[in-house]
Order: sequence, then C-alpha cells, then structure tokens
Amino acid sequence: MKNKKLFLMPFLLIILLIAGCSNGSVAEQSVLENAKESKTITWGVKADTKLFGLTDVRDGQQKGFDVDMAKLITKKILGKDGKAKFVTVTSQSRIPLLKNGNIDAIIATMTNTPERSKIVDFSNSYFDAGQSLLVPDNSPIKTTADLKNKTVLGVVGSNSVENIKKVAPDAKVLQLQDYAQAMSALKSGQGDALTTDNGILYGMAVQNKGFKVVGGTFTKEPYSIAVNKDQRDFVKAANKAIKEIEASGEYNELIKKWFGDVPKFNYKELYR
Amino acid sequence: MINIISNHWEELLNGLGWTLLSSILALFFSLIIGSFFAIMEVLPSKTARVIGQIYVEIFRNIPLLVITMFFYLVIPMYVVKINGFTAGTIGLTIYTSAFIAETVRSGIQSIDIGQMEGARSTGMTYWQSMRYIILPQAFKIVIPPLGNQFVNLVKNSSVLAFVAGFDLMYQGNMLASTTFDTINSYLIVGLLYLVITLPMSYYMQHLEKKMA
Repeated sequence: MKNKKLFLMPFLLIILLIAGCSNGSVAEQSVLENAKESKTITWGVKADTKLFGLTDVRDGQQKGFDVDMAKLITKKILGKDGKAKFVTVTSQSRIPLLKNGNIDAIIATMTNTPERSKIVDFSNSYFDAGQSLLVPDNSPIKTTADLKNKTVLGVVGSNSVENIKKVAPDAKVLQLQDYAQAMSALKSGQGDALTTDNGILYGMAVQNKGFKVVGGTFTKEPYSIAVNKDQRDFVKAANKAIKEIEASGEYNELIKKWFGDVPKFNYKELYR
Repeated sequence: MINIISNHWEELLNGLGWTLLSSILALFFSLIIGSFFAIMEVLPSKTARVIGQIYVEIFRNIPLLVITMFFYLVIPMYVVKINGFTAGTIGLTIYTSAFIAETVRSGIQSIDIGQMEGARSTGMTYWQSMRYIILPQAFKIVIPPLGNQFVNLVKNSSVLAFVAGFDLMYQGNMLASTTFDTINSYLIVGLLYLVITLPMSYYMQHLEKKMA
C-alpha cells in the first residue's frame, strides 16, 4: 500500500503543477495597472545585439538603443520614479516569455509582422529597419541576386529567415541560435552571408573588422513594442510615450548616440 | 497539435531521419573507438594505459556542446570545412566513445583474472585470449550499461540543433518559432524522440534477459 501511494506522488505533483499553470493568468491581467502599482515595467531586451541590446561585460548591464528607449518610455508612462527592469530574451524565447508572464513587454529588435500580430499586440514603430546582408570584405556577393546556391546564415525565430527564402529561393538557409553564434559561423566559413536587419548588421560590422554590409535594404522592418493580446491600454500608453519622445527631440539624441559612429551609414536618415 | 503534424510532417520526418542517421553513425563509431580505448586501458603496457586514460578523462569531462562547437567553428577555420551535421556527429562520437570506453573497461576488469591465465596456459596468445575468452564475457556483462549509453546518445544528438544539423530539435525550434505554438511543437518533438528511444530501451531489456 505504501509503495502504491509513493508511485502516485509524481503524478499528483504534475497535476498540481498544471493546475498552478492554468491559474497563473499573469498574462491576462492588465499589465499597465500592475506596472502602475509596482512602479516597474519588466522589459524583454536582447543581450547579444550591438547597438540595440548588448550586455556590457564590465557591469553586467544591458546597453543599447532598445534599452534606452525602454527606459524613456517607462519614465513617460509611470512618471519620474518609474523603474525599468530588464530580462534577456532571444528571437526564439521572446514570445514564449511574454506569453507566460515573465516579461510585460518586448522591446528587442522585433518587427511588426501580420503573423505575429495574431498572437501579440504591437505599438507604433519606434525604429525603421530593413533587411540586408553581411559578407566578408572579399566576398563576390553584392546583392541578393548573387545568393544563388550560396549558404545564408540566419537566426531561429527571426522573420529575416522567412524573408530571405522569398527573396533568394535558391539559397540554402541555416538557422543558428543567436546573432553571436551566427557571426562565429560566418567567420569560420559555415556560410557565405549573414542576413538580418541592417541596424544589427551595422553593429556587427563595427565589432568585426573585415566584414561589410551589402545589398541595400530589401524589406521594411518596423521595430515595435510587443505586448500580450488585449493589453490595449498599455499599447495606447506606449504609443503616446513614443510620440512624446519624438516630439521632445530625445529620440534624435538617442539615434545620434547609438548610430552616430557606424561607418558608411548616414544616421540622420533615421531622424524623426 | 494535429494541425502542426499535418502541416509540417515533412520537416518532422526529415528531422527524425537526420537524428536517426546521426545516432546510428555515432553509435557505430563510438562503439569501435570506445572498445579500442577500453582495451588500451587494460593492456600490460603502461604507455598504452596512460594514453587510454588521458583520452577517456579528457572527453568524458568536457561538455558535449563544447566539443561540438569546437568542430563546428574552429576546425573549419584552420583545418577542413565540415558542416553542422558532420561536426555534431563527430562531437557525439567522441563524447560517447569516452563513456563506452569506461563501460567496456569495467566489464573487462570484472572478468576473473583466472580466465586470462587459464586461456594463456592452453597456449593461446594474449590477443587470442582477449578475443575469444575475455571480450565475449565482458560484453555480456556491459550490455545493460551500454544500452543506457545508446539511449543517452540518441537524446544527446539534440546538440545538432545548435550547429544547424537539421535534426529533430532543430526542426522543433523552427516549428516553435514559425507556428508560435511552443507547447505543442516541443511536445511533438519529445514524442518523436520517444519513438526512437523507447523501442531501444525495450530491445535492450529483451537482450539482457536473453543473454543472462
């Protein structure tokens, strides 16, 4: 008898866990009200993307355009004493983390696409990117037309891998775990080109000598803040905050701060 | 869940195929390499024993992902161009072979020393006694732990996902990120791994009973 009961224990635990999960309707509560109560907004940001969200090894803080935008928006929504908390996400993990309530909102180089709009709500765009190619300096690849029978590297969960399949159907696409790993793979010759949004690629070109961005932009990628479905009030507040930041000139200051030093790139194009 | 399977069965089948291929290749070569180093470890020559021990201790104590990444990123830069699938399979083979070497070695050493002495006294050479007397008995003893290693090997093959090796886990990641149905995508992948590992476990149990 005793043994039988012990045998049932794991099942009971699992049932309890599942029950706990369905009750934890964190994702369904109003993010904006929770944030106002706790005076904090938890943002999902990248930690491997230079210029947008990169962990500084010296102090362990994430730094980048996305991170600064998140801080400004938090202040606009919650007032001076509002605090922005940051959680590291990747292209692959950001939607699951948002869905299970670990983060309140995503500001992680995330493009507003129709497919994603079905499962999350997007704010207005806060940055206009476009997809491009990063190749070694001596590469014969100049545009996407040169990608025939070449291997293109991308990152799992980013929509750039879907786009490149449309633009260059004859190219072989390999999906790696994150941008740092994709860059290492490009360096060791596992692929002929790396594709993602130009902003991210410029960051890589700054960090890695001997690589250049080619091919112009062949898609439009409006980066937006993503929140769970039915968080209209948060989206409204975020949109209002973005407008205020643009109007006050803080937006252009941020653009200059992060994109002012990118070689062969006119950062003033991004001014709003 | 049915939705994902009916829309993406090709990718899933593809992933299952690559996982199986990688596992079979790694199983075959790791068994050979592992047995080779196991015998090295019990040879009378001290040099051979030390070489065997160094191999086993190094690769048994480095994470599989590190070995695989080394073959994926470093080897192509300096030695020869290999793709993710090959790098992953090589990593799996080396990693598993170290564990198999330890398993087989313990099997050989569990055979009573009298067996070797008896074989030698009938006029067999060292290698003949090893081949016909010691190894058959040793392998019989190590079948259950070897079975565990093989099941582990199949599960460890998910390391291929990190080097774009097109295996089940890689396809699972892609499904999760294209369908946004994370729970069901990984559930399906988990079930497909069970499809490979459960029959293996049962076959090993059957073999164990038959041999005993």
